[in-house]
Amino acid sequence: MKQFADMYDEIDRTTSTNAKVAALVKYLHEAPPADAAWALFFLTGRRLKRHVPTRSMHEWTLELTGLPEWLVEESYSVVGDFAEAIALLVDGRVVPFEPGIRDPGPGIRGGLPFDEPAPLVIDTRVEGVTLAQWIDDRILPLRAMNDEERRQHVLAWWSRLERRELFLLNKLLTGEFRVGVSHTLVVRALARRAALPTSVVEHRLMGNWAPSAAAIASLVAPEGPTDDPSRPYPFCLASPFEGGVETLGGRDEWLAEWKWDGIRAQLLHRGGQLFLWSRGEELITERFPEIATAARSLPDGTVLDGEILAFQHDAPRPFADLQHRIGRQQKVREMATDVPVVFLAYDVLELAGDDIRAASLRERRARLLDIVDDVVPLRVSEEIAGDTWEALAARRAESRARHVEGLMLKRWSSPYRPGRKRGDWWKWKIDPFTVDAVLIYAQPGSGRRASLFTDYTFGVWDGDELVTIAKAYSGLSDAEIDEVDKWVRRHTTERFGPVSAVEPVHVFELGFERIARSTRHKSGIAVRFPRILRWRRDKTPHEADTLDTLERMIP
Amino acid sequence: MLIEPTSSGLYCAAGDFYIDPWAPVGRAVITHAHGDHLRAGSGSYLATEVSRPLIAQRIGPATPLTVVRYGEGVDIDGVRVSLHPAGHVLGSAQVRVEHRGEVWVASGDYKRAPDPTCEPFEPLRCHAFITEATFALPAFRWDAPDQVMREINAWWDEMHEAGRPAVLFGYALGKAQRVLAELVRYTDRPVHVHGALTELVKVYRAAGVRLVETRRATEEARGRSFAGELIVAPLSARGSTWMRRFGDYSSAFASGWMRIRGARRRRGYDRGFALSDHADWDGLIATIAETGAERVFVTHGYTDPLARFLRERGIDAQAWRTQYEGEPESAEKELAIRESRVPDHDSRNTIPDEPRTPDPGFRTPDPE
Repeated sequence: MKQFADMYDEIDRTTSTNAKVAALVKYLHEAPPADAAWALFFLTGRRLKRHVPTRSMHEWTLELTGLPEWLVEESYSVVGDFAEAIALLVDGRVVPFEPGIRDPGPGIRGGLPFDEPAPLVIDTRVEGVTLAQWIDDRILPLRAMNDEERRQHVLAWWSRLERRELFLLNKLLTGEFRVGVSHTLVVRALARRAALPTSVVEHRLMGNWAPSAAAIASLVAPEGPTDDPSRPYPFCLASPFEGGVETLGGRDEWLAEWKWDGIRAQLLHRGGQLFLWSRGEELITERFPEIATAARSLPDGTVLDGEILAFQHDAPRPFADLQHRIGRQQKVREMATDVPVVFLAYDVLELAGDDIRAASLRERRARLLDIVDDVVPLRVSEEIAGDTWEALAARRAESRARHVEGLMLKRWSSPYRPGRKRGDWWKWKIDPFTVDAVLIYAQPGSGRRASLFTDYTFGVWDGDELVTIAKAYSGLSDAEIDEVDKWVRRHTTERFGPVSAVEPVHVFELGFERIARSTRHKSGIAVRFPRILRWRRDKTPHEADTLDTLERMIP
Repeated sequence: MLIEPTSSGLYCAAGDFYIDPWAPVGRAVITHAHGDHLRAGSGSYLATEVSRPLIAQRIGPATPLTVVRYGEGVDIDGVRVSLHPAGHVLGSAQVRVEHRGEVWVASGDYKRAPDPTCEPFEPLRCHAFITEATFALPAFRWDAPDQVMREINAWWDEMHEAGRPAVLFGYALGKAQRVLAELVRYTDRPVHVHGALTELVKVYRAAGVRLVETRRATEEARGRSFAGELIVAPLSARGSTWMRRFGDYSSAFASGWMRIRGARRRRGYDRGFALSDHADWDGLIATIAETGAERVFVTHGYTDPLARFLRERGIDAQAWRTQYEGEPESAEKELAIRESRVPDHDSRNTIPDEPRTPDPGFRTPDPE
């Protein structure tokens, strides 16, 4: 684990991408293969299933520190990272001797009388234990244990690890491991380690692979691994388009589609099996059984790129409807009736088992229309007519009424590229709705925003009362955040745990994409993707908008 | 209440003086020379002898300043006042106030960790203790300064080997000199400093604090390479044109805030060293226990959590609203602390509750 911790530190300590890649390449070369595989697993954003409930970690922290619960919670909120906060709180605190905990040694079991239960033997060594050993031999087995056994194990480790490794262990226990390194850099490092093109490595990293020495061997093997039928392709991502569309050249060089507000996904039909992958590389086949069933009509050896949308009466439904189906593992069938969905295909990446990503979009689109019947729930994203940019701009103005975010522009002559390469795919979104709202609550952020008030709640006037309409986290410059932070500290009127109610003084212009009625919110309104556009220092709180204004925006 | 918070500062009515007032008052007793505790414009000042040059620099030579040695008592209108080491920075003091058998101690800023630049904190028994709470959360527990200094030195060595300048940012008064003093044990190489530090470095040396050899970076020849050198700079130098001379440097920040990864990453420092001139959680709790105080008042930082924690342990504690800042984590905050801003006339006139007394001044200290 020390090697992993060193690599983590090296990455954490530099803002230079070259230095980060160098640290990764070094680690991938030097670490035992099983360690390298686990490191890649986390670096590519994969997660372990949680092996220990957060609640338990919290309780053990209280136990080991003897601190009141509210104070521990206050610490979480200031540190902004659960795993790190626990490491800081329990560092240097040693669990008192407990009969249950024994260092493994010869003869422990042998010397006990028969009627006493065998003591729990915990491997408490912390020196020289590799990352893979920590995960495979220690953390994964926690799942099968009862809470008391887990408690004894984790407390034993907490008492022995130094702060840096304590933090990493906690990260592993919570299953989440975000390191300050982008996917692109990981791909670049692995490509350098394997001496392979990045596109090959990027594709191999997709989908399911078990983190093991064998996996790393096939990831870096000169010849492609025997193909896993479930492996999706890296998604092609669009960049936001700002400025005049005329600069894009001829209108006929571009395919225009609606920019749908759903779940980007890849649908695979290979070797008689069906797989539906979200863009977050989560396998979501089971959540959308009707899509999987419909995909049987596709020829074997097909991979489609598209969007899952809640869809009814030939029109998309708000994203909120789709949210009901995400994360819902049970009652999928009933949900399927309540919230019908479609897979709106817009590209074909593989046909008859051949990777056709290098073909032009014009050609791929023709093939797509050949194989998809365009029948619910498997439809084709329509091409938007409009011979001129002006005509297209007029269509774009319909976006709001159509529940879409604007237009997508894709170059007809372009291949399907992995990642976000500017120039071929543009999202040409409509301007957001805007509203002037008053800052009423503030709360510290997490990660690099820890201990700063960066998460704000805003209200608009309903009579002479401010009602909450949105929370927003981004949009201010660092200097503005500092200023708000300082102001909040001096103008807090009341505290609710980490949340500070502040004097209603500052007005901010908020932007958001969508607005709908909602029974979940006190204001009766829900807005989508709210963010701060600017600080309206020129406005007094009484000049902020009213709930009426917002209600009139609802389509 | 022997001492109470007012809109101008902590006020002792019995002796008619203020401790670290943030508005101009008649008589001011000063704990230490940081700008949030020492503001110009009051009629007369009382402070420790050691801090005289630091204080005179800020309030101007014309302002009456009485200095006392640590532990030496002064009578102010029948109230006995003495100053005792707080271990925060050079000359920093706790103010002990005794009146009719009641003892209050206002600690200003303080720490318990050893620091070669100042007298160690002296625990004082008292009835009421006024404490800071800059780092009053159990997530803030410092490593021994030795260990942090080893890390700083290792980082410098690493940069030395890589041929890159190592720029260490820290608060101009206190932290910078503490690092320069600690480094004596590690190196005889000279350290380069920002111009804002040179006067303060002189003051420390004159007070008998041993520091490594320092050179002013701007006095070096143009185009000189700083590869492998350590440069100590105040936060306000960050992002200034002064930094350009260092080219591809590694940046670090020496501050208690660096205990939290997110705080370092947000500020974009390569390295963070949790070296603080404030007491950590354990230090605060232990200190409060040592004073034996039945009443505790908390002035700045995480005031509410500390007060609540103490109350839950049966101590009569409450948070006061003051204008002290604690440890600055950014250049803006550092500047706010460093520049003592004298309120203009308008705002002086809006302070209603204390009529400005004609300046009574401080009497010459009694011989102890």
